[in-house]
Amino acid sequence: MFTSTQSLSSSRKVAYMPAYTLAINGKKYPVNADAQMPLLWVIRELVGLTGTKYGCGMAQCGACTVHLNGAPIRSCSFPVSAVQNQPITTIEGISKDNSHPVQKAWIAEQVPQCGYCQSGQIMSAVALLKTNPHPTDEAIDAAMQGNICRCGTYPRIRKAIKKAAGTPLKTSGQ
Amino acid sequence: MKNRNGISRRNFIRQTGFSGIVLTIGAYLPASGKTEVTIINAKTTDKTGRELLSWISIDTSGKVTLRNHRSEMGQGTFQAIPQMIAEELEVNLDQVTIVFAPANPQKFGPQPQEGSFSVRGWYKQLLQIGASARQMLIDVAAKQWNVAASECYAENGQVIHRSSGKKLGYGLLVEEASRLTPPQNVPLKSRKDYKIIGKPLPRQDIPLKTNGTAQFGLDKKLPGMLYAMVERNPRFRGKVKRFDDSKTKAVPGVKNVFTVQRAVFGSLYEGVAVVADSLWAAMQGRKLLSVEWDDSGFDHLGTEQLATQMRENLKKPSPSEKFEVALQQAAKKMEAIYETPYQSHSCMEPLNCIAHVQDNRIDIWGPIQEANWIQADLSERMGVPKENVRVNMTFLGGGFGRKAFTDYPHEAALISKTMKAPVQVVWTREDDMRMGPFRPGAFYACKGGIDNNGHILAFQTITASQWIGQDWRPEPYPDPEPPGYNTGSMEGMVSPYCKAVPHYSFGGAGIRAAIPVMWWRSVYASTGGFACESFIDELAHEAGQDPLTFRRNHLPDKRYQALVDQLATISGWKSRGKHAGWGVAITECFGGICGHIVQVSRKTGGKLKIDKVIALIDCGWYVNPDIICAQVEGSILMGLGAAIKHATTFTDGKAVHQNFNTYDMPRITDTPEIEVHIMENEEKAGGVGEPGLPPFAPALCNAIFDLTGKRIRTLPFKLEEV
Repeated sequence: MFTSTQSLSSSRKVAYMPAYTLAINGKKYPVNADAQMPLLWVIRELVGLTGTKYGCGMAQCGACTVHLNGAPIRSCSFPVSAVQNQPITTIEGISKDNSHPVQKAWIAEQVPQCGYCQSGQIMSAVALLKTNPHPTDEAIDAAMQGNICRCGTYPRIRKAIKKAAGTPLKTSGQ
Repeated sequence: MKNRNGISRRNFIRQTGFSGIVLTIGAYLPASGKTEVTIINAKTTDKTGRELLSWISIDTSGKVTLRNHRSEMGQGTFQAIPQMIAEELEVNLDQVTIVFAPANPQKFGPQPQEGSFSVRGWYKQLLQIGASARQMLIDVAAKQWNVAASECYAENGQVIHRSSGKKLGYGLLVEEASRLTPPQNVPLKSRKDYKIIGKPLPRQDIPLKTNGTAQFGLDKKLPGMLYAMVERNPRFRGKVKRFDDSKTKAVPGVKNVFTVQRAVFGSLYEGVAVVADSLWAAMQGRKLLSVEWDDSGFDHLGTEQLATQMRENLKKPSPSEKFEVALQQAAKKMEAIYETPYQSHSCMEPLNCIAHVQDNRIDIWGPIQEANWIQADLSERMGVPKENVRVNMTFLGGGFGRKAFTDYPHEAALISKTMKAPVQVVWTREDDMRMGPFRPGAFYACKGGIDNNGHILAFQTITASQWIGQDWRPEPYPDPEPPGYNTGSMEGMVSPYCKAVPHYSFGGAGIRAAIPVMWWRSVYASTGGFACESFIDELAHEAGQDPLTFRRNHLPDKRYQALVDQLATISGWKSRGKHAGWGVAITECFGGICGHIVQVSRKTGGKLKIDKVIALIDCGWYVNPDIICAQVEGSILMGLGAAIKHATTFTDGKAVHQNFNTYDMPRITDTPEIEVHIMENEEKAGGVGEPGLPPFAPALCNAIFDLTGKRIRTLPFKLEEV
């Protein structure tokens, strides 16, 4: 594996940056990036889509969640070289106008507070409902436990997922 | 908490906008927040030639823009501030555009974001701004129709003549209105006439946060911007001895490497900045840096040492003779020590800041909680006039007090000054979690006595903590502070207890340590509330009384009694089973009173589970009930984290936990069912963002005692090990 740091020579500051063509939200983006550069930074800094967030850099918080081939991954810990030809979806690809049922439910339940983790939360929820359209409480918790929200919006995340799934709520919260 | 830039001037100005005349209403807001507002015509005050903007703009098409002048970190000012102005202005919030206003105490008055103050500190003034603008628009319409202003009213962005039904939109009135002198003390609407205040209107920032378009600090880019990462000495107060940047400088894109300071109150910390033309290059360059640190003896500090000091300090204050004599009369006496740890804020958005320093001017963009303070601090430290320090707020990915500080913008400004370019300084999660400032740990020694009637005769708390601000106060705290007698209070305690207890006493002894400490959501109430409400529960048990009834008996104040009664009603307190695992706690801070009832049970397999939290908040007059519920829900989860999930610990002068792999955060799987209720009364507005946090830990521990008979006096603890 060839990385920019290995390619250094003090006289010539030229690094070999492999070229990749990423398919993000149905659009092709050619980028030159260090093979080890996490997909998160490629998406944010090279492609310029900033809806995907940096939270921990070690796949602990889920703020950077995107879909690779429809499945949720933590983009902060996923090197760009591993993407290959697989399509990527970010929060911007869910819908720009908040028309996706999960986004609608998030707005209806007034889920976000600071909002920083919510792109990742929504990406995890969309992926859950794609594979399990009517998840149980346990399935919701299992699918969402990798996403940290410091504001504590979890009760509303549960409600919003149920709303998006059209599942009646077990108990009325407030 | 600190010196505020107090006074602000205000402006009512006429300026040409893109589609005609824009009416911008301002006011003179006194710093205390207590005096009446004075609304001033800008024609008499606008002599500086600066661009002047304030809360309300109306263009000739009738389009209304309202400015939120306070930072939005999740607590809902982006909705609550405009909601108040729009109510009195008589405009429909759906048709209003809300934008952020930059820091400008001359235009907006103080803009700090702490102490749950956004609504409670300024609501009367903000209502008055809306009312004054409305009255001016009515006056212009009345003059045009040649009728008395009293025959007209405003509704939905129009002025209407009551008898004839004639209407004029605000856009047609704004130019003339902008020439009037703003009326003072326009009568405000009565609460029963509110159309939007008190309603759970959806927040306008939420759609921006569900499609990735909300701009946080880390999302902001400027043309020609450089990126910096800083390798900071992991030991608090340590310095840089020397560094080798040969490998770093060889990384393509790295522009410069140099020592940079970070000012934390009176202390200067040191690190090495790596500046590059891309964030990735700065990250790679930082990894290749080799730094030799000068730790100057700051390498021995550890959590156990701090705890030992605090335990020792609990014994330091000499006793209050009067209190001790009174305590001897008690039929039953008890003592208990409660221990709470240091905590990290761990905002989901790690710290970051863009600074652009030019000749005699500094521009700042970032997740900023303390705009005016940053203005004053940078002005002083960088030698730039305050009015040339422009602080622009993005959305904040969490704040909780951490972003109400000046270290990270100052560090960015130093780097920008050296680079002569705009620079974004990005902190990693590890940087954010281990550098502090942290919530200080606090230990409490409680002592109390019960009389023959089961009433508290005497109550004392001695606090040992690393006092916030010990580093920057000009005069030291009295140390140790001897316990008083029937004077003072403790953070988090519901105030009427002191009216009911004949002999009470509070004292303390601070420890000094190199650890940087600061405010964390609900500040000392987050620790003092735990000690106080745990001990009250212990006293109730000792008196053989129901814990909720016992509290009511010691709250000789109708407002607090109503809260206790309502808490009993909504929870079904009286019909609960014996030792059903129910606990209660009620605390007060930042103008809000909040009670929690926590219900715990044992799962099959024997592990404890938090089933439900019922919360009741009394924040008096309020704006948006759904935001209040969200704030209390969030406070419960943050309180849960501090009670059973995580603590910041230290060893060898460094913070141990650096990321979420070891700093265990509350997750959806830890989340109990939560029910939030709001008291309805005629009290003035109180705090919302913080009061919901302190009652959680004591209510949980009281519930565990009810179920198991085991008292927990040290936080955090592992629920699965009880």
